[in-house]
Amino acid sequence: MSKAFVSYLLSLADNTLILGHRNSEWCGHGPILEQDIAITNMALDCIGQARNFYQYAAQLMGNHTTEDSLAYLRDVTEFTNCLLVELPNGDWAKTVLRHFLFSTFQYYVYQQLKNSNDTQLAAIAEKGFKEITYHVRWSSEWVIRLGDGTEESKDRVLQALDAVWSYTGELFQPADFELQAQQEGWGADLLLVKRNWDEKIKAVFEEATLPMPPTAWMHAGGKQGKHTEHLGFILAEMQFLQRAYPNSEW
Amino acid sequence: MSDSEKAGATQANGAWPLWEIFIRSRQGLDHKHVGSLHAADAQMAIENARDVYTRRMEGISIWVVESKYIHASNPTEAGALYDPADDKAYRHPTFYQLPEELKHM
Repeated sequence: MSKAFVSYLLSLADNTLILGHRNSEWCGHGPILEQDIAITNMALDCIGQARNFYQYAAQLMGNHTTEDSLAYLRDVTEFTNCLLVELPNGDWAKTVLRHFLFSTFQYYVYQQLKNSNDTQLAAIAEKGFKEITYHVRWSSEWVIRLGDGTEESKDRVLQALDAVWSYTGELFQPADFELQAQQEGWGADLLLVKRNWDEKIKAVFEEATLPMPPTAWMHAGGKQGKHTEHLGFILAEMQFLQRAYPNSEW
Repeated sequence: MSDSEKAGATQANGAWPLWEIFIRSRQGLDHKHVGSLHAADAQMAIENARDVYTRRMEGISIWVVESKYIHASNPTEAGALYDPADDKAYRHPTFYQLPEELKHM
């Protein structure tokens, strides 16, 4: 299996691991009980998907690599998640908006991966696709409720949009391993993903009475291991236990 | 549709209405009452029910009903409502003699 294939798996895993971690930060702090449970459920979904990708990558990498060593022992520059998922949660509006923008992207990527010529990757995508379908549904409805809600909720969504929109472009700028992924038939075509994503975002924003932001400069670098300062703090919290007490178990 | 016309309209104080949740299990035929939750509208109520009450595969079908639409009998009237049925054996189908052929009905 090529190096590019492993890189592809790791970037898929890193995305869902970091997003899962961010969503889990709401545990015990949700605005209302049912939403606390909803978002932590989704965090678990994300982490479950990450595990599937990490396990497959570890298997291919050999050399005593495990899902845990990949998640807990790599440093910031080795993570290839996009910058969007490492942004701080902010308020509920920012959290649901970011989740909507990212999970819609994931939806169209997984939809293609279900037909990957690598059967194991296709199987992982098949399983994740059902979870992501619910994530898109849940988050899009929140965006609509907040956007087409009260004056305050609309204001908060607009501020959230300001904060996260410039991180969405990176999703569709293919890294080398993503170009290879698409060419060799085991990965998604990001151009096609973008077309679908644009359409979905536009439709939801229209119902949410939100403006489509103008084309603007986009942040990038996550896929090349160049991260915002946020990822360092996330890993410090997430990896502390494993690094301080190596191989500890429950 | 204005807010007040939608099901589950928020009360004047901004609180979300309460919904009663009924779940049908995979092997079941009827939806059973499992609890209640707050939600802004029916769509959210169904999703909240999915998140809260089907996490452990408790069911595959969800009904949500706004609590205000459930009307219940008054427990203090139980005597008048139910006791009279207690001693009317003739209402039960237990006096028929089933023919041999139907013994295993």
